[in-house]
Amino acid sequence: MGFLAKIFARFGKANAALEKERTDQSFLTFQHTGEVIRAEQLLADHGFAVRVLAPPAWLRTGCDMVVVVPAVHEPAIRALLESQKLAPEGVYPVADGLLAPVSLFRYVDFGDWFMVQAANMKITVERRSGRIVNVSGGGCPDVPYLAAKYVGMTLDDAEEPRFSAQTLCAYALQKAFMEARRRWHHG
Amino acid sequence: MASWLIVGTVPTETFSLYLGAFHLENWEIHFDGDKRGGVVEVQRGTPTLLAAACLTLESLGCKPPMALLCGDTGQGKGSREIYAKLVQCLPEQTFSGLTFHYLYPDVDWHNRIWLALERLAPRPQLVCDAGYMYVAKMSGYAQGYDLFTPDLGELTFLADAQAPHPFYTRGFVHAEDHDVAALARKAYQDSNAAEWLLVKGETDHLVHQGKIVANIQEPNLPVLEAIGGTGDLLTGVVTGLLASGRPMEQACKEAARLCRQAGQLANPTPASQITEMLARLPELVRSLG
Repeated sequence: MGFLAKIFARFGKANAALEKERTDQSFLTFQHTGEVIRAEQLLADHGFAVRVLAPPAWLRTGCDMVVVVPAVHEPAIRALLESQKLAPEGVYPVADGLLAPVSLFRYVDFGDWFMVQAANMKITVERRSGRIVNVSGGGCPDVPYLAAKYVGMTLDDAEEPRFSAQTLCAYALQKAFMEARRRWHHG
Repeated sequence: MASWLIVGTVPTETFSLYLGAFHLENWEIHFDGDKRGGVVEVQRGTPTLLAAACLTLESLGCKPPMALLCGDTGQGKGSREIYAKLVQCLPEQTFSGLTFHYLYPDVDWHNRIWLALERLAPRPQLVCDAGYMYVAKMSGYAQGYDLFTPDLGELTFLADAQAPHPFYTRGFVHAEDHDVAALARKAYQDSNAAEWLLVKGETDHLVHQGKIVANIQEPNLPVLEAIGGTGDLLTGVVTGLLASGRPMEQACKEAARLCRQAGQLANPTPASQITEMLARLPELVRSLG
């Protein structure tokens, strides 16, 4: 095989693999972001390999997430969701790359306190007691609500934000909260 | 002079739609035309912005702003009531400016409001922060706004043409490693930034049409980043200064400096609450003359 033919063959294989991955997956849309958060947790609790990603541009309305699921398990997934009154609004094949959420954390050491940032959300904790002393960042309306609820509670006493989360900002707060809890317990 | 209108949500489901005057008393927002007698505590979010704008204008001897508010804890229902009310009242009432704040991002409602704003002559000044800044960028109409007040991470979001929300921004967490001038230029070139940006951070950067025109660095207090509401405070003070008639550049520079000084006077720790800084605001605003 000539040099160019080899390159095209490799490119073709890569494309075929990508295409296979895409057609192997579906994404589920819901009426509200809060339902996406609950659906992801329910499916993960039942052992399904699911991911939360941004919808394609043509489906975006403002504060959006979709749940990407293995297409082969779609009937079982729909049945499970419907049994919990979480029926998806739509199911689509994954045809293009979907944007992934921010997955890195930023950690700031303030001596007696530490701060963890996930995406646009920050949570600050008193090192000695594990008490949440501040929640900052974000722009969606559940952020001030959750902040008022959490400030003064310890990381162990506070319920995970995902139980009352409704928006992407609150979903980011869940990630920051879990990382702060992990750091507080394990340093 | 027409009033300035602050548009945002309060973090309780039970607060119904309100459009009217308000005043601040013992760190509670009281609603002057509201017969229900409800009050909202100032902690963070839009109530902090309302308090900061009110204190700023009162300290300058100016008329306080008005508020369009509704309770919303994330479902978006309260935000949609606000959007509907705004579309209805914009042709009927005259405002010198509007500040949009914690609102559920909804691009369809954003665009309806945008159409209503475009019909106004003269068009009021438009300031955006928080959720409404996100949806203003997503709508493609960002350059029609006068001022956005992002933090450094949110500037990275504005500069990422593909990201529909900061949650999906590539490189968001390590925003401090980025070149602020390059991010601001890219956000503006891609039509994803307002004419002015006041970028909040360890150094506050004032940006006009994609170019940094001022940096405010002193006093420098890194702990302010941890305190919930410092961004709301800054947007509130700049709202107050704009509503008092100051030009944009002056208002932004003074607001950034005042908030830093309020932080310094409060001698904060990462556990301090925003009211400790708000309490210092009147004396600082009065010193502006």
